[in-house]
Amino acid sequence: MLAFNFFGATEGGLFDINATLPLMAIQVVALTYILNSLFFKPVGNVVEKREKFVSNNIIEAQNKLSEVKKLEADLLTQLQSARTEAQRIVSEAENESDKLYKEALELANNEANASKEKARLEIESQTSAARDQLSKQADDLSELIVNRLILEK
Amino acid sequence: MFFNSLLTNFAALEVGQHLYWQIGNIRLHGQVFLTSWILLGALLVFISLGTKKMENDPKGLQNLLEFLWDYIRDLARTQIGEKVYRDWMPFIGTLFLFVFVSNWGGALIPWRLIKLPSGELGAPTADINTTIALALLVSLSYFYAGLSNKGWRYFEYYVHPTPIMLPFKILEDFTKPLSLSFRLFGNILADELVVGVLVFLVPLILPIPVMFLGLFTSAIQALIFATLAAYYIGEAVEEHH
Repeated sequence: MLAFNFFGATEGGLFDINATLPLMAIQVVALTYILNSLFFKPVGNVVEKREKFVSNNIIEAQNKLSEVKKLEADLLTQLQSARTEAQRIVSEAENESDKLYKEALELANNEANASKEKARLEIESQTSAARDQLSKQADDLSELIVNRLILEK
Repeated sequence: MFFNSLLTNFAALEVGQHLYWQIGNIRLHGQVFLTSWILLGALLVFISLGTKKMENDPKGLQNLLEFLWDYIRDLARTQIGEKVYRDWMPFIGTLFLFVFVSNWGGALIPWRLIKLPSGELGAPTADINTTIALALLVSLSYFYAGLSNKGWRYFEYYVHPTPIMLPFKILEDFTKPLSLSFRLFGNILADELVVGVLVFLVPLILPIPVMFLGLFTSAIQALIFATLAAYYIGEAVEEHH
């Protein structure tokens, strides 16, 4: 045995190796099994269950996030197409109203022109009628004057 | 005269004296077992209290135990590797907890107040038997880990970079347990002796910083022991290419 006196100890000493060694080894091995069933397994189960739960949730959240992003992109393209569609409709309507306005304007112009023409013609005919009448009256008058003059003579 | 009184003072510290238990033909260091049973009992009570009602939202003691578990897992995982650390985590964790509880228990509890017929109570790791037992368990573990993981290819490790390494690697198998056991034993015993001598010579204030240093050393030694044990196991199961 490795044993020698140290600081005046009567027996044993610091390096007194005896059956304490194997018994301590057995005690530590037993402790390993006890701690494994009492500490490492249950705590490990709880911790790993939670880690799995958390990582599952993270994956799920990531999936949802990517889905949301996809939907958002979808929505954005839809919005874009709706916007261009609206623009198209608006410009179409503008064109149409423009056309309608022009048509109406033309129609009104024509009508106005026609009525103006008609009025002019009427005025002209009335003027000529009046002139005719006037000239007829002038004739009558001149005839009358002539007749009277002739009669007086 | 002074030297003589100093010597008797040292003798009064009762270094190297043991409380012997005689069971049949074998002799045991009773004080080592007494303190280890008290400390391990406290550890087991603490752990069973903490794991009694495990919840998904950890509270109180469960938090502490989960932190400890995580710490030990990280230690085992970084040293042993992702593949087999699970098998060895309880062993590494037990080594860490045993050494830590023994060291701190030895440093924190005023064992000197309890009078024994012979020897005195103290850290179980200040006894060479305990540390050699732990170191031999580590040796057995890494041999077992290497052989069970790689079979006879484990011995490739001895000639790994070149066959020149063979004598050194064989020597290492002896120096590993030797350094493990003596490092722990020496540190803890030295700490107990320093504190004991200082308390004996200057009972006020002066020993306190040394006691704090002792607590620090104790924790570090536990970490070193567990880390080295894990490292040796990791070395044995590592695949060389």
